[in-house]
Amino acid sequence: MISAYLRFIGRFTLAFTQTVGRSGLMLWRTLWGRPHGKLLPLTIVQIFQLGILSLPIILTAGLFIGMVLSLQGYNVLVDYAAEESLGSMVALSLLRELGPVVTALLFAGRAGSALTAEIGLMQSTEQLASMEMMAVSPLKRVIAPRFLAGIVTLPILTLFFNVIAIWGGYLIGVSWKGVDGGAYWSVMQGSVEYLPDVFNGIIKSVVFAVMIAWVALYNGYYVVPNAQGISKATTQTVVVSSLLVLAMDFVLTVFMFGS
Amino acid sequence: MSQKKVELWVGAFVIAAMLSLAILAFSVAGLSLRGEGSSYTLYASFSNVGGLKVRSPVKLGGVVVGRVEEIGLDEKSYMPVVRLAMFENRGFYPETSSLSILTSGLLGEQYIGIQPGFIDEDIGMLADGDRIEDTKSALVLEDLIGQFIYSINKDN
Repeated sequence: MISAYLRFIGRFTLAFTQTVGRSGLMLWRTLWGRPHGKLLPLTIVQIFQLGILSLPIILTAGLFIGMVLSLQGYNVLVDYAAEESLGSMVALSLLRELGPVVTALLFAGRAGSALTAEIGLMQSTEQLASMEMMAVSPLKRVIAPRFLAGIVTLPILTLFFNVIAIWGGYLIGVSWKGVDGGAYWSVMQGSVEYLPDVFNGIIKSVVFAVMIAWVALYNGYYVVPNAQGISKATTQTVVVSSLLVLAMDFVLTVFMFGS
Repeated sequence: MSQKKVELWVGAFVIAAMLSLAILAFSVAGLSLRGEGSSYTLYASFSNVGGLKVRSPVKLGGVVVGRVEEIGLDEKSYMPVVRLAMFENRGFYPETSSLSILTSGLLGEQYIGIQPGFIDEDIGMLADGDRIEDTKSALVLEDLIGQFIYSINKDN
C-alpha cells in the first residue's frame, strides 16, 4: 500500500524533473545561436495568426468586462455617495489585475491551444523530423517565430483590452448611470499613476506571454504522436498555462503592490 | 493569405497598440507633456505631519504650487522636517507666509496649504533653501476627541 504511494511520488518527481529539463533545453536551443534567416517575416505572419485573429474575442471580452465592472462598482459605490470614484475603481482594477490576467487566460485558450495543436500535428505527421533531415533546425524555423510573436502580441492585446474596457466602463457609468463625465476621467487621472499601474500591468503581461508561449510550444513539440496525444496536449496547454498565469499573477502582485 | 495583406494588418496592429499606450498614458494616467518646470526648495518643520506623503501637493487656494519632496526627522529637536519643491512659474512668497496640513474632503489625501502673509517694505521673499517658521500641524483625531470629552466634563 505505502509502496504504491511512494512509487507514485517518485514517478511524479521524475516526470516533473524531466519536463523542466526538456522544456528548458528546448527554449535554450530555440533562442540561442544564429537566428534563422527569415525570422522576421515568419514572426510577422505569426503575429497575425496569434494577435490579429485573437482580436474579436479580446475586444468583446474587454468591452463586456468593463461594462459589468462599472455597473457592479456603481451599485456598491452609490451606497457611500462615492460614485464619482467609479472611473478610478474601474481603471485601477483593469490596469493592475483584470487586464493582464483575463487577456492572458483568453490568449491561453485561443492562441495557446492553436499553437499546441499546430505544432503537435506537425510533429505527428513527421514534418519537423523531415525539416531536420534537410538540415533546417525546426526549433529555429518553426518554434522561435511563434515564441517571439507570443511575447510581442500578448502585451499589445492587454493594452487593447484595457482601453476598450475603460471605455465600456465610461459607457455604462456616465451614459447610463449618470456619473459625471468629467469626474469619471479627472478622478481616474488623479489616482492612476503611469509607472506603478500601467507599466506594471504591461510587465505582468510580458511574463504571462513567456509562460503561455513556452508551455504551448513545449506541449506541441513533445506531443505523443497520435490523435489522442494531440488532444491531450492541447487540453494540458490550456489548463497548465492558465494555472501558471494565476499563480504568477499572485507572486507578481505581491512584489509590485505588496508593500 | 498574401504576404502584403499580412504585413498590412500587423502594421496596423502595432500602430493601434502605440495609440492605446498613448491613450492609457495621457487620458487614464493623466501624464502631462508640459511638466512642472524648475523648482526651488523650502524647508518647514511641523509637530505632526499626519498622513502627509512624499509627492503630496502644496496648494494655494486649491491651485497646486509645489510638491512635497522629502519628509524627514530632525535628530536634535525630534521634529519632522518637510522639504518642499515650489514651482518657480507659480511665483515667490513673503517670509510671513504660513503652512498648514489640510485634508481634501473628509477622508481624502492630505496636502499642505500655503497662505501668503502680508507684504511690507522690510519683509523679504522666500528664496531657495529658506525655512518657513509659521506652521500648523495636522489634526490628530485622538487629541480632538480628548479635547471634546474634556470640555464636556468641564461643563458638567
